Amino acid sequence: MEITIIQLFNGLSMGSILLLIALGLAVTFGLMNVINMAHGELIMIGAYATYITQNLFNDYLPASLFNWYFVLSIPVSFMVAFLIGWLLEVSLIRFLYGRPLDSLLATWGIALMLQQLARTIFGAPNVAVKSPTWLDGGFRLMDGVVLPYKRLFIILLVIVTLVAMFLYIYRSHAGRRMRAVMQNRDMAACLGISTRRVDSMTFAIGSGVAGIAGCALTLMGPIGPSLGTYYIVDAFMVVVLGGVGKLVGTIVGAVGIGVTGTMFEYWTNASLGKVLVFLCIVAFLQWKPKGLVAMKTRSLD
Amino acid sequence: MQLRTLTPQKIYILIGYAVAATALFCAPMVLSDFRLNLLAKFLAFAIVALGLDLIWGYTGILSLGHGVFFGLGAYAMGMYLKLEASGGRLPDFMDWSGLSALPWFWKPFESFPFAIAMGILIPALLALILGFFTFRNRIRGVYFTILTQALVIITVTLFIGQQKFTGGTNGLTGFTTVLGHSIGSPDTKRMLYWVTAIVLIAAFVLCRFLVKSRFGKVLRAIRDGENRARFIGYNPAVYQMIAFAISAGLAGVAGMLFVLHVGIISPSTMAIVPSIEMVLWVAIGGRGTLIGAALGAVLLNYAKSAFSESYPDAWLFFLGALFVIVVVFLPKGAVGLFRKWKLPKRRRTEHEQQVGHSTV
Repeated sequence: MEITIIQLFNGLSMGSILLLIALGLAVTFGLMNVINMAHGELIMIGAYATYITQNLFNDYLPASLFNWYFVLSIPVSFMVAFLIGWLLEVSLIRFLYGRPLDSLLATWGIALMLQQLARTIFGAPNVAVKSPTWLDGGFRLMDGVVLPYKRLFIILLVIVTLVAMFLYIYRSHAGRRMRAVMQNRDMAACLGISTRRVDSMTFAIGSGVAGIAGCALTLMGPIGPSLGTYYIVDAFMVVVLGGVGKLVGTIVGAVGIGVTGTMFEYWTNASLGKVLVFLCIVAFLQWKPKGLVAMKTRSLD
Repeated sequence: MQLRTLTPQKIYILIGYAVAATALFCAPMVLSDFRLNLLAKFLAFAIVALGLDLIWGYTGILSLGHGVFFGLGAYAMGMYLKLEASGGRLPDFMDWSGLSALPWFWKPFESFPFAIAMGILIPALLALILGFFTFRNRIRGVYFTILTQALVIITVTLFIGQQKFTGGTNGLTGFTTVLGHSIGSPDTKRMLYWVTAIVLIAAFVLCRFLVKSRFGKVLRAIRDGENRARFIGYNPAVYQMIAFAISAGLAGVAGMLFVLHVGIISPSTMAIVPSIEMVLWVAIGGRGTLIGAALGAVLLNYAKSAFSESYPDAWLFFLGALFVIVVVFLPKGAVGLFRKWKLPKRRRTEHEQQVGHSTV
């Protein structure tokens, strides 16, 4: 019983991280049909932004304030990743609309360069980010079941991000424009929506969310230049499984992969667990080839 | 058909091929043993590039999983070499991992023909199975590409995790002989080089035959308009599966040759980065042209070995920049650039080709 709860919780925690990563991907892929392989590197950038914030607090502020660096690092990593994502869109991605496979290759090249850049600046070894003391310890649910505050905090962070995204997409003017472009780009353009601006804004927001994911990952362990590559393929599997167009698909996909993955890895071992998850995804796609929630469309490419 | 429309252009091309083939066969007389071994490795890569071009350049399906097919072929050959090197005893890494007897699926690999057959069949079958479960459901484009990338990840984790069967991170190495000949001796190396050159030419001829045939035309039709091809009455899934399987089989062949030249196969050879590098060979040489893909593989690997020896860090920057430049500025690769320069001439020939095709 205890073990089941712990595994379930670990799966939920894994799923929430995947969700945070896949959220940005789902939006950029759904809106612009661009596959951003550099998304993992934006996570890495967010993580290093947190690392730098921590070091700045350490060096220039009194020790009593150190615990609060993390509160600041969340918006900082969002902004840094947001800016870099915006730059990326303006300088490269906009030349690649309508060519999803090419966008995949080009952004992969960017990912390679960003990784190497991080290696040059911060060095190849992993660096540790000291988590604030108020996240140490855990919540004791029952005997033998302690839920670490760090993981609970990540889940909370994901929920907050999710609500913010929901409000942005479904309750704001900018979000309405975004959905309009997503549903019918030409029609939206005819009605006076600047699709260019919506595109770069959306891409930047997706990147910013990746930055938050990077910030959250610093709680899970040391960070390194290839941090993003561990998660990026799983995150893309979430998008494939969940389908594009609605947030709910991404949520179910992420939690599903997180929970089943952790369960399989517990029952078998880490390597076999991954194989089983992959087989499950392929099997699921036999049933719903377009993912869980697909945008309804009458167009035939 | 080709004889009937033998224009001066085609004669030049044929002469070009003949010169290239002669150069390939004469290379051992000019190059040092070290350089020859490198070239042999690049030629093996060129075979992968041909297969990849078949599926990507001609069918429009981007596979980031060819490292796996390459690796499976290489492991099949590596298993044979390991067993021969162990000389009837248990391979050393199995001993370390606490196995007492040879696993059943290792046993048949004592036979060289079996290893070769498996090196082709296992990748091809895996591709066929993956293709069956995806193409049939019209999972294509980026969705398929992501699935192939996931295939890479799980295969690598599986090979690292099952250390007692696969040698784990270290992979298979410590080979001594192949069919009784010492694997390190210059004579064997030269022989292996020639074998590779012959296989490369055979693969080229096979791919050329495929693309020029009716099958190849259907592939291109699927690339340019899958639904149109379907409405005409072809089943794209079948063609995609076959092309994917052939492509994987070629990658398996290349993997077998690779392991003979390099003497080691480890999971890092089939990881994500090598797999995607393979795609870059094709992209840079020119997708949709076989000669471009093969040349791209050889030239880029030559550049890599020349460049990364002196500046290993800068190489990754360079590689990343190449991806961006090729995709944004040279979507047709180097061959496309070459053709652009001689556009007026080409246009005439293409027109003639069309006329030639319509009369067949």
